Parts: sequence; C-alpha cells; structure tokens
Amino acid sequence: MKFLENIVHKMEPKFAKGAKLEKWNPVFESFMTLAFTPAEVTKKGAHIRDGVDLKRTMMTVILAMIPCLLFGIYNTGHWEMVAASGNRDLVFWADQGAKILAGIKVVLPLIVVSYGVGLAIEFVFAIIRGHSLHEGFLVSGMLIPLIMPADVPLWMVGVATAFAVIIGKEVFGGTGMNILNVALTARAFLFFAYPTSMSGDKVWMAGPEANVDGFTGSTALGDLATFMSDKPVFQNLEAYTNNYSFFDSMVGIIPGSIGETSVIACLLGALLLLATGVGSFRIMASFFAGGYIMGLLLNMAGGNDFLDLPAHFHLAIGGFAFGAVFMATDPVTAAQTATGKIIYGLFGGIIAILIRVLNPAYPEGVMLAILFMNVMAPIIDHYVIQSNIKRRLKRVKTA
Amino acid sequence: MSKTVKLRKGLDIRLIGVANKIKSELVLPKTVSVKPSDFHGLTPKMVVKEGDQVKAGSIIFYDKYNEVVKYASPVSGKIEAIVRGEKRRILEVVISVDDEITYEQPQNVDISSMNNEEVKATVLASGFWAFIKQRPLDIVADPKNQPKSIFVSAFDSSPLAPDFDYVLHGKNEEFQMGLEVLTKLTTGKVHLTLNANVPADAVFTEAKGVEINRISGKHPGGNVGTQIHHIDPVNKGEFVWTVNAQDVALIGRYFKSGKYDLRKTIAITGSEIKNPQYVEVISGTNLNSILEGQIISDNVRVISGNVLTGDKVAKDGHLGFYHNQITVIPEGNQLKFAPTKGWMGPGFDKFSNSRLFPTFLLGKKRFRLDTNTNGEQRAFVVTGELEKVFPFDILPMQLVKAAITDDIDAMENLGIYEVAPEDFALCEYVCTTKINIQDEIRQGLDLIGEECM
Repeated sequence: MKFLENIVHKMEPKFAKGAKLEKWNPVFESFMTLAFTPAEVTKKGAHIRDGVDLKRTMMTVILAMIPCLLFGIYNTGHWEMVAASGNRDLVFWADQGAKILAGIKVVLPLIVVSYGVGLAIEFVFAIIRGHSLHEGFLVSGMLIPLIMPADVPLWMVGVATAFAVIIGKEVFGGTGMNILNVALTARAFLFFAYPTSMSGDKVWMAGPEANVDGFTGSTALGDLATFMSDKPVFQNLEAYTNNYSFFDSMVGIIPGSIGETSVIACLLGALLLLATGVGSFRIMASFFAGGYIMGLLLNMAGGNDFLDLPAHFHLAIGGFAFGAVFMATDPVTAAQTATGKIIYGLFGGIIAILIRVLNPAYPEGVMLAILFMNVMAPIIDHYVIQSNIKRRLKRVKTA
Repeated sequence: MSKTVKLRKGLDIRLIGVANKIKSELVLPKTVSVKPSDFHGLTPKMVVKEGDQVKAGSIIFYDKYNEVVKYASPVSGKIEAIVRGEKRRILEVVISVDDEITYEQPQNVDISSMNNEEVKATVLASGFWAFIKQRPLDIVADPKNQPKSIFVSAFDSSPLAPDFDYVLHGKNEEFQMGLEVLTKLTTGKVHLTLNANVPADAVFTEAKGVEINRISGKHPGGNVGTQIHHIDPVNKGEFVWTVNAQDVALIGRYFKSGKYDLRKTIAITGSEIKNPQYVEVISGTNLNSILEGQIISDNVRVISGNVLTGDKVAKDGHLGFYHNQITVIPEGNQLKFAPTKGWMGPGFDKFSNSRLFPTFLLGKKRFRLDTNTNGEQRAFVVTGELEKVFPFDILPMQLVKAAITDDIDAMENLGIYEVAPEDFALCEYVCTTKINIQDEIRQGLDLIGEECM
C-alpha cells in the first residue's frame, strides 16, 4: 500500500491545476479515491467528521444485492435449461453446474454493458463538470441488470442505460439531484420504447425459444395477468398454484427478471440494509403493507382468479419484494421526511398491486408505481413540511 | 414554571482527552488578543493605536454601527499590534501584558442603588455587553431590543467540554450576582438550565431569582439553542439573549469588585495533550505558555473551543473570546488506504453515528479522531440521518437546503430564527455527504439579518 501511495503522490502533480493532464483530474481522482480515502481535512465548521461517506453507503447497497445477483444467475440458468428440456425437476447441480455457467453467460454481459455504458457517460459528465465520479451509478449499474429480462438484447440495455443516466440523472445535475430512480428509468425506457420485444413471452428466458409443451416462456406474473383476458394460460388459480407454488415464489424458482424473483434473497438484502440503517425501514414496511392491503381489497372485490389471488402471493411474485427493498428505498427519489416516507411507501405498494391487477397491458405494476411515487414524493414532502410549519406557527398563538 | 426536558435525539462523541480535575494557577501570558472575528458581523471602530498603553477594562474598539456596544482590553499593557487582513479588515488586536495588571478606575457598581437602565448602561460601558448574545442570528445582542427571556446553560455537553460544576465550584456569590444583573436586563425570566443526568453543583442549584430547568439526554442538550427551543422558543420578531455560565460569573465579579477581571478557568483537552487538565487563564490569552510541553505529537490541530464549533488557531495563537476550552487533535492530512484505514476498512478506529461502522458495538470506548473529512463532499443523498441528532421540532435537512438556496421564505417558515450554527454542528458531523452545514446556516442567518431584521 506504501507502493500505491507513492504512485499516487507521483501522479498527483501531473493532474494538478495548470498541469498538462488537468482535464483528466476527475478520472484520476475517481480511481485514487477508490483506493484511498483522500487526505482532505476539515476547513470550516466541525473539525472532526463521521467516518461514514457515500462510498461506504453505496458499497453496502451493492453488497445487499449480492444474494439477488447470485440467485439470479442460478435461476436464469435454471429456466434456460427448463425451457430447453421441459424438465422442471432439475437438481441444483445438474450437469456439473451447467445452470450456473449458463446463468453467468447471460448475466455477466449484462453487468458489463450496464456498468460500461453508464460509467463511460458518468466519466464524460464528471470531466465536463470537473468533479470526481459520484457514487450513485455504482448502485444503479448493478440494479439495471437485475431488473432486465434474461434474453434482452445487449444493445437495448446499453441504450436504456444511456437514456437513464443522461435524461434520468445527469440533466438534473447528477447524483442526489435526480427525480426518478435511475434503474427504473432504464427499465421503463425499454418497456415503452421497445414494447414488442419487452412484453409477451420472448425475452424472459435465455437461450433458444421454448418449444416444449406447457411452457409459455412468460413470467409467472405474466401468466397470472392472463386471467384478466379471455384466454388465461391456466384454467384456474389452483392450476397456477400447482405450477408455481407460494414456496417457489419465496425461493424464487419462477421465471421473471434476473434478480427479482427470489423473495428470500431480497429479504437477505433487506436485512443488511436495515441492520446498517442504509435502507429506510419506514418505506420498506409501509410498501409491503400497502401491497398487502391492496391485495386484500382486491380479494374482497373478487370476481376472477387474479382478483382472488391471496394477498400474500402478490408480495412474493413479480418485482414486488425487489422493488420494495432496493428501488422504493432510494433516498434521493423517495420522500425525505419521516412521515412522508410512510405515506410514500404505503401508496407505492397500493398502486403497484392496483396497476398489476387492473391494468391488463402492464402486469409489472411495481416499476410504474415506484416511478409514479417518485414524482409524487416532493408533493408528499411538501404537505409534511407544511404541517410542521403550521404546528410551529400555532405555538405563537398559544404562547 | 420550571421544566424538565427529556431529549431522545442527539449524540455524544466519545473522544480521548477529557480534562482531569486538577487546576493550575494563573501565569500571566506574554500577550493576549481580542479578535473582532469572534463577534460575528462586527465592524470594529478602533479607539486605540498601536503603541498605546491600556489598562484592563480600557475600551479598545466599539461597534461602528452600534456605538454603545464597546469592547475592552482584558489586561493592562501596550497595544502591540493591530493585525489586519484582506481589505484592511481588523483580525486581531494583540496586547502585550504588563507584569502586574492595573485596572480602570473602579466606578459605582453597586447594583442595589441602580435601576434597570443604569445596570444596562453599566454593562454596556464596561465592555461586558459582548458576553451577551442574542437569538435570532447568534450575534452580540443589540441593546435596543427587549429580550423575552435570557438563557444560561449550566453545563456544556459538547465533546470534551469543561465541567462547569467544577469550574464554577465555590463561585456562588459571583455567579449569583451575575444572574441578578441579567434579571435586570429583561422583563421576562432568566432561565438557568441544569443537566438532569448528573447532580449539579450548589452554585447552580442554589441560584435564586431565576427559573431553574433541567434537561436530560445527549449532546446538544447543553446547547442553549436546544434549551430555548424546548423551554421558551423564539418566534419571528422575538428575541432571546444567552450568556455562557462562566461569563455570568465574570459579569458578577465586575459588579462586586468593579474590576474588569477576565480570569477564567478553561480545560485543556484532546488526544494529543499529555496531561489534559484545567488551567486558570485570562480571556484571550496566548496559548504558547499553556501548551508548552503538553502536545505529544507533531502533526496536530489546535482548536480554541470544542471540536464541533471551535476555531482553528496556531500553537502560539490566542484563546477565543467565548471559548472555555482548548482541544488538540491530530491532523488527518494523510491518504488512508481504503481496505485498512479508509472507507472500506473495518473502521474500529472511526466514530460513526451510522451502523455502517462498528462504533455501536464498542460500548463506551473513547476515540482518537483526526481532522480528515473521511470522504468527499457530495450533494445530499442520505435522508433521515440529520434528524437523529437534531432534537428540535424543525426539519433540519429542509432548513439547510433553504439556506443553501437563499430561500428566505422557506428559512423563515422552517425555523431559522430559532437556530444558531452551533445547533447544526452535530448534523454537520454526521452528514454522509460532508456538507459544511454550519457555514451554510451562518450564511442563511446573515441573509436573514440583512433582509428581515
């Protein structure tokens, strides 16, 4: 490490102000600060500062996503082989880890493209603005592959990432300034820009198209949504639960976006986020509560098999758990006041299930619900702040 | 009605170097200084020139825009230098100290024979007015205003702070006299707020003529700002004055003896001090003699005041006007390899209010913290962390944002009149994105002062 330090000290003058490589200082600084906490000391105000910084915070979020990533790799490989062979009873270590290899083959390029495109753009903006790379994208870059369908063309991921980073974030001023969750912006972009290849049943499983009887190639949620149409995939709810049980949904052995399927993996991540205090408990809990309440309400309305789906199923399928743990809790785009967070989460959960069930075109309601609540968050905060102001004004009158 | 306030929010930063309860006697320093920069927003008008002889209590400058507020020399001696900075702004008036201190002619300070106006005039004329600060704006009080109450905090809860119970022990008469003076300055109450966590010294518990409140919890419970907010909050158009407990005793001493005698006890603290302890000094003293042989490492920062709100001074610099302690901590101007000592490291040497570091597992361990920012400045990202250390019914992040964006309406609504930069010191400490919050609040207050007061 002394050796690295010497390199830094040797390089530093070359990137200093007025030196030849001044323009590239943000790039140098970004890599330097990755290896070293800089020698910066306090100049104004408090002379000592808390140990925590944004790098450590963001790294914790990435760590929290590892269970989802690992399970996603496995699950992707699993469904690729299922689609090819038609046999759902494949054991974990089938064909000497062929599932895992197949999964890596799909997921790794996605990660590379997402980080590659995103970081390249971030660096361009960093150089233009003359500041080192801000950490926000380190998380977004990992989230994006996890919410992609397995068979999405890589170029689409690249375009979507570019759109999300530039339009979703950098035009607003970068990390901390964005209105919409960056990763979800990427997903929404794909959803609306390439609807033909994103919806339906082409992209959800990697590898050649499924040609085995009984497999639609669609997600579990997609299959459920067909209950709302004239031609349901399953005859009734029982047929569905025989195919994808609640247990399957909890573990995550169902088709879906790469990282979103396993509730257990999401909860492991949630555990880390809550234990470290990085993720907001208020948002997570109220998001799940909102979804459950809406599920119950729909059960009460009833009428068809999708409406009758037990409420706890809703929390376990699709991207609900993943959205609640990793997307809704994004501190920049969520509500920022304590009360606001509860309202934000509650409505996020309610709207997610509402869209999922009652909107036949977009069964993935979680994405749209969170984006919608991102837009609403400032309004929620506004009213919370107003109530604080009013309470404090009342003090004058009573005094 | 006396109140007992229980704080649930806050943070005690556990540092190494608490002062032992030993006190060394006064040794006259070679120089003392009065720094106009200690009185925020003051434009001094000099009365003396370099080379003039002054006595303790001689007026050396006054407020150009409020001429009744005068500032006196704490010692007798020669004006050695008037240090000026950019645009000839006066930074410091350095006075070389006589071997024996002579005082300005004692005048009538018999409080029993004075009415309220005369008491006020005496405080103003003597130079003691500077000890009285006002909310809003956190500046030296404007004598034209009528304060609705005056607050004195009987304890300092900031890191390594001196124990006022020890410092003022036995000074009951002076302290009581000081309180009497304060009661003559307001038509409202004088609030003395005690630490409910520990039994207070008799000097405080036996104080008469004042409202005694108690506050329990962590820092910033000892900050007057917190106490005002919970006991008698400031609304727009109202004024509350505050005086430091030890300064109350100084005012009291003047009204007993007629001498401008600024001897006080300060704590020498911090991890880089060999024998942290108390010393008796004269306000504005040069630190050279006090710190000689006491600093155990080379690369240190000497702070006049505490680590959260103090001012950086040179090793041979001077004590700030309002400060009751000196803190010496290591400078953090070294690269820290991320996986061992930096942002990725296990972090047993870091004190963090977040659970991203194992601080919360380490019980009562005390830390040797340096001045490294531990990360780079960013835009606000993390929410909810400032609220944990800010025991006010005020939304801290929203107020800071309003201050950053110079949004006067929002600042007024969100409670800028109640706060001082020091109230935000802990917010600044815990901020993940390393924003200089105290400075932003100060600028916000300055803007309010220009536009709304």
